[in-house]
Amino acid sequence: MVPITLLDKRQLELTLHRLAWQIVENHQDLGNTAILGLQPRGTYLANRVAAIVKEISQTEIHLGALDITFHRDDFRRRDTPIHPNKTEINFLIEDKDLILADDVLYTGRSVRAGLDAMLAFGRPKSVELMCLIDRRFHRDLPIQPNYVGKQVDSIVEERVSVQWKEVEGEDKVVLFIPNKGA
Amino acid sequence: MSSLSVNHLLGIAELQPEDIRLIFDTAKNFKEVINRPIKKVPSLRDITVANLFFENSTRTKLSFELAEKRLSADVVNFSASGSSVKKGETLIDTVNNVLAMKVDMVVMRHPNPGAPYFLAENVNTCVVNAGDGTHEHPTQALLDAFSIEQHTGSVKGKKVVIVGDILHSRVALSNIYCLQKLGAEVMVCGPKTLIPRHIHELGVLVSNNLDEALQWCDVANMLRIQIERQRDKYFPSLREYSMMFGLTLERLEALNKEITVMHPGPINRGVEISSDVADSDHAIILEQVENGVAIRMAVLYLLASKIKPQNG
Repeated sequence: MVPITLLDKRQLELTLHRLAWQIVENHQDLGNTAILGLQPRGTYLANRVAAIVKEISQTEIHLGALDITFHRDDFRRRDTPIHPNKTEINFLIEDKDLILADDVLYTGRSVRAGLDAMLAFGRPKSVELMCLIDRRFHRDLPIQPNYVGKQVDSIVEERVSVQWKEVEGEDKVVLFIPNKGA
Repeated sequence: MSSLSVNHLLGIAELQPEDIRLIFDTAKNFKEVINRPIKKVPSLRDITVANLFFENSTRTKLSFELAEKRLSADVVNFSASGSSVKKGETLIDTVNNVLAMKVDMVVMRHPNPGAPYFLAENVNTCVVNAGDGTHEHPTQALLDAFSIEQHTGSVKGKKVVIVGDILHSRVALSNIYCLQKLGAEVMVCGPKTLIPRHIHELGVLVSNNLDEALQWCDVANMLRIQIERQRDKYFPSLREYSMMFGLTLERLEALNKEITVMHPGPINRGVEISSDVADSDHAIILEQVENGVAIRMAVLYLLASKIKPQNG
């Protein structure tokens, strides 16, 4: 696999700021806004954007993490069970303006499971979708994001990897393409 | 991402410590799920589970049924009384008849030790043992060890005494296996007549003095005196048993340390445990019940993930 950098540290920082500004622009009452990061990797996007929103608006927005393992539609279709992560929602989602956050939007199946999992906690006023990378043209379900970091046209054999300084030690987004002739 | 090393849950004896760890880690997530406003997840929505109870049970059956329903499985219940078993049908025939109705998993309690093993060998389905005679009761042992871990932080290195009728108790045997696999030290305590003669070969300590045992332990698991199994006189009277082996607040307060008190239920108040202990902060009996549902959800979820969907 040959790596191609889609976003470097500076570009990723700019993108996160743009996403945060878009949320501030679209949400009149930020006190009613909540971001739910989809476990495991969507939580980093949620945390970073929420921190920037707080910085620019001086308003603390609700932040949570949502595990979708038990709501996935590929249960029993894999060789091993998917190991669940923690759900942490320390606020009521009832009547909130909710934003689901995930790092890469691909088939849309995780988001479908996320919507399903979210409904177990109540009925939000509205739900939007934020993703850092949108691999458009590969959707299995009719799901479109409201806030997009970057759109990527990729083929199925390629892989997008979002790396965070909290985990991998470095902020960047990389597209891996298969070696030709390999 | 690991999966269980077994395709059935027949006994703790067959599990690896990693299996128990995986069940505990999964159960933690289900514990969070059952504390949500909507306590249900759709994981097992295409699975049908038959609860076959050839022996009476209230809480285990209820706990399994709740676990199945919270995983969105379809549930059918069967109890031996009033069934064809009374008309002479064999176990394999009964279960095959149930399976012919497209059932994916079987949860079974049976009075004969080894019945679930026999079933797992002879019938093409996933079997969960909910207690087989005096042999094993694996989910009870898992939830007991999980409760110890949740309450005290870890099972490893803990000293656990199991008090009461060890001879007839499937809970005791499964608990011994489970606690030892997780690195705890186990002692059994009770009247000599209720302790199997060769039990020390399992690597457990044996005591006939409750006060000594309490002084040694961090956790005391008080088993129920199975009055229905006491036709032969194993001890002179319930009153004497209660004086020798009943856990009272005086006994607890005489210790110079805090211990955790457990009971698998149903409690005979005033026999193996006094009311003031059962209702005190020392006891985690109701936590055990809550953890029971989470543990059973984890077991069913992990076993179901091994059943591949059939198309058509």
